[in-house]
Amino acid sequence: MNEFVAPEIDWLALAPLIVVLGAGVVGVLLEAFVPARARRVTQIVLTLAALAGGLAFVVYLWPQIVAQPVQVVGGSVTLTPFALGAQGIIALLAFLGVLVVADRTATGQDAFAPTASAVPGTSYEDLARKSGLEQTEIYPLLLFAAGGMMLFASTDDLIVMFIALEVLSLPLYVLCATARRRRLLSQEAAAKYFLLGAFASALFIFGVALIYGFAGTVRLLEIAQRVQQGALPLEGMSALLVAGVLLVTVGLLFKVGAVPFHAWTPDVYTGAPTPITGFMAACTKAAAVAALVEVLYRISIGVQAVDPEIMRQLQVVVVVVAVLTMAVGTVIGSVQTDVKRLLAYSSIAHAGFLLVGIAGFGPQVQSSTLFYLLAYGIATIGAFAVVTLVRERRVTPGAQEDNGPVADDGVVLGEATEIAQWAGLGRKAPWLTAAFALFLLSMAGIPLTAGFIAKFGAFAGATSGGLWWLAVLGVLASVVAVAFYLRLLVVMVFQPGTVEPDSQAEPVETGVPTSSTGDGGEGPTEGGGVATATKVQVTAAQRVVVTVVRSRGPAAVAIAVCAIATVILGVFPSLVLNLVAEASKFVP
Amino acid sequence: MFPWLTALIAWPLVGAAVVALGALGRSRTGSANAGTGLARPIALVFSLVEVVLLVGAFLAFDTGAAAEHQLAETHAWIPQIGTSYAVAVDGVGLLLVALAVVLVPLVLLAAWNEQGRDEVRLRRFVGLVLLLQAFMVAVFAARDVFLFYVLFEAMLIPAYFLIGGFGQGAGRRQAAVKFLMFSLGGGLIMLAAVIALYFLAVGAGVDPSKAFLLDELVGVNLGTIAERLMFVGFFVAFAIKAPMVPVHSWLPDVAGNATPGTSTLLICVLDKVGTFGMLTLCLPLFPEASRWAAPFVIALAVISVLYGAIMAIMQTDLLRLVGWTSVSHFGFIILGIFTFTPLGTAGSSFMMLNHGLATGALFLVAGFLVARHPERSQRITDYRGLRSVTPVLAGTFLVAGLATLSLPGLATFVSEIMVLIGAFGGAPAGSAAWTVAAIPGVVLAAIYVLLTYQKIFTGAPAEGLEVLPDLKARERIVAAPLVVGLLVLGLVPGLALTYVDAPAQQSATTIAVDEPADAAAQMGSDK
Repeated sequence: MNEFVAPEIDWLALAPLIVVLGAGVVGVLLEAFVPARARRVTQIVLTLAALAGGLAFVVYLWPQIVAQPVQVVGGSVTLTPFALGAQGIIALLAFLGVLVVADRTATGQDAFAPTASAVPGTSYEDLARKSGLEQTEIYPLLLFAAGGMMLFASTDDLIVMFIALEVLSLPLYVLCATARRRRLLSQEAAAKYFLLGAFASALFIFGVALIYGFAGTVRLLEIAQRVQQGALPLEGMSALLVAGVLLVTVGLLFKVGAVPFHAWTPDVYTGAPTPITGFMAACTKAAAVAALVEVLYRISIGVQAVDPEIMRQLQVVVVVVAVLTMAVGTVIGSVQTDVKRLLAYSSIAHAGFLLVGIAGFGPQVQSSTLFYLLAYGIATIGAFAVVTLVRERRVTPGAQEDNGPVADDGVVLGEATEIAQWAGLGRKAPWLTAAFALFLLSMAGIPLTAGFIAKFGAFAGATSGGLWWLAVLGVLASVVAVAFYLRLLVVMVFQPGTVEPDSQAEPVETGVPTSSTGDGGEGPTEGGGVATATKVQVTAAQRVVVTVVRSRGPAAVAIAVCAIATVILGVFPSLVLNLVAEASKFVP
Repeated sequence: MFPWLTALIAWPLVGAAVVALGALGRSRTGSANAGTGLARPIALVFSLVEVVLLVGAFLAFDTGAAAEHQLAETHAWIPQIGTSYAVAVDGVGLLLVALAVVLVPLVLLAAWNEQGRDEVRLRRFVGLVLLLQAFMVAVFAARDVFLFYVLFEAMLIPAYFLIGGFGQGAGRRQAAVKFLMFSLGGGLIMLAAVIALYFLAVGAGVDPSKAFLLDELVGVNLGTIAERLMFVGFFVAFAIKAPMVPVHSWLPDVAGNATPGTSTLLICVLDKVGTFGMLTLCLPLFPEASRWAAPFVIALAVISVLYGAIMAIMQTDLLRLVGWTSVSHFGFIILGIFTFTPLGTAGSSFMMLNHGLATGALFLVAGFLVARHPERSQRITDYRGLRSVTPVLAGTFLVAGLATLSLPGLATFVSEIMVLIGAFGGAPAGSAAWTVAAIPGVVLAAIYVLLTYQKIFTGAPAEGLEVLPDLKARERIVAAPLVVGLLVLGLVPGLALTYVDAPAQQSATTIAVDEPADAAAQMGSDK
């Protein structure tokens, strides 16, 4: 019998993960022990503190890891500068994302259902809503997801990677189903995400099995070594390796949202509560892309040395996926009429641009990818945060048709996500519009925003890898992408708020000035701090207008931070580029 | 040494920031947000101080060495990707900077009452104008390809908002989008070329931390195919901007829908980036490819000259007409550049300045005219017989129009004749023939200018237009500097030619095409 030997563990290196996941566990306990009224605040503070702590540990560890990467727990966690950088970016983006999640806005409601488990439309759901229940479990779930993502990006072990994949996915499936409004859509999104996600996980683990069968190990570095040394149990069956790597890649590409594994993205992004969409779009993508880079690059070393042909095939796969992803993301994105769907396709397109950078297999890919993820992430979280504040408001003439004292049936309804409804937003909420325009410009890759430097890095990566024509294709796709960001921008900034043609001869109400995102008088209704706006629909009984609700602080902070970071990263990117430049070190 | 160029770039930015404080605030129509009413005066003061700075820059500039890039400043910007904040101007760059600096106060003054009284709207407008000015000055001074590209794209954003947000025409949003899509499309193709240029230069042994600096890139051997591809990448972007047939179609829409002030800045200054880029980027960086493409470019340039003029004659919209005349004039400028003669190049450089003054005057005066119409109509046929009603306006319009058709005695004549003579002796095959083919453009210019003048100003006044106010003092102050400038430069062209001759000589040497004619002597005779 072998004696059990406790592994030597460098706890400090694990600290970012432990803080975040540990706080998740504590959060679950808080659910049980903290009284209901204090629960929400406690959870928010804990969540933010945990993510900030995780980020702080990343910063603390950075000099050490840059000097010397470490492997912890027998390689289950491998901290290279790239992995640590990815952890830091995920923690930062998650922090900003949680700020948006935590904002109840001036309506006093957050974006989540009182009881997500209630069947939509039942009396039980009504009861839960009337009694003012709150679903504070979302915060531990967010922490588990963030922790899983951080682990996902920093492991060398395919089995650990699979576990991390599940740890990050399962909470997200649940979170998708928790939208306060449009409950059925939200639950449908969750079911869709879960089913397809389970599929992708299965493919991933099947790929791992094939690789294990071929190489006799699930450690990426060992696989590369064994391939190079030729010490393989199944010599001459490199098809196993190719199939295995492809299946693993498919699993990862699913999470990345790359074509043809993107089908879930628009529906899930639309159905999920918007703050969760922002979190998911930014952080999941960061984690998945980081993991993809790790897998592809580590495997490629071994393969490159032994059989360049296989390497070439692998590259062809990435290139094809990149081209398809850009094409579908931009072309289909340009015909969307819903802001959330548009941003979903934008996220697909960005996956394509990221893959363009990766496909070059150049020397600087780790650095440019990290920068891209950061730039894209802050713009995405900021953009979705803005979406949470643009709402529909029901205006009932006479105001006595209010459905009782229930807060949820109040005047402010769900988000106004039709692009047409955003007309005239520039006049109602200039600062918010300016921030959103900035995020769009950054996503479009206009110079002097973060997105430009990011895109430049990605295209330069492809060019340095000899794929200059792919960079040209990327440039062309960018033009199409610009077109659809521009469409939204035009609606917001230039179009006056117009009345829809089906209005029933009601007097036109345009832009009654009451209040906006700033201070100022409350509107004439009990919505509280509601800015009005222009009418978009008129029915005999009531009208729905588009309104911008005031943030209660956190989301505004998140938007401001994202906007400032977007500009700083665009104009003075040197500092951050210096940091991410370290990430290309120690690429084996 | 005082950093004149950085000061010229930074000062409008400061102005824009000052004006913008609160510009994003809510626009409460009609309520107490008239604010301090200081947005316009503040912006005007900033733009006038900018003129003072310009004078300083001119004094610091050594005209004896106009071919050298002077007032240089170089600082590392993003060392990781080898780009620097490098600014410097030669004579041509300085003149174009001057154009950007001089036109802005005039445009602000011309648009004084145009945007209503809403303080928030005014702040946005003048803030965008100042922002655009900073970018325009910077782009003419940039000596780093990456910096140039960044500014080239970034200045589209204020321009886009100026067209789409403050225009007069109903189609202004579509025009703004069209403008941006054309420009960004070209710009992104250029981006691909910029990236490729960097990697090829590094491959050819240029220090990676300086591989975007123009001074380092000139003379690098890139290989024939790569050089040609990159030339095309740059050239398409510049041709769109210039605007050149067949990628000109955004321009008339913009001219017809933007405010005259915006059109002035856009077409008279911003679009010069296209021809300026051809002259200072395409030719020195890709000399072989430039020679290779020259016959084709010349052909397109001449087609632009003729097509633009014919389309101008057919226009019914006054501002669109002015836009089309620019297509024609930009054709002349490109013709001069791509015949690689010192005379033609110097003529083109001079013409960039003159076109800015002449077309600027025409746009602004046309704007004054339109503003007087009760319905702000831009249709030429809605006007008649205004010479007796508004004599000063008619006279100013005529001078601007005559400058547009290059009447001898005005600056535009000098530059146009230089271009034509230079182009006639140009090196590329068929230069002479194409130049002859371009000459009808001069005649057509006379037709579109005089015909328009005749329709608008002669005859009996149209109904409803019998009593219109003539040019006010403010408007005269706007028109005067432009008219005076055209006259002075027409009588003493040497004032400007000292700045463009030497760079033109050097450009022609760089392109290394034998030039038999003694250009200097010819220029002497022109003076």
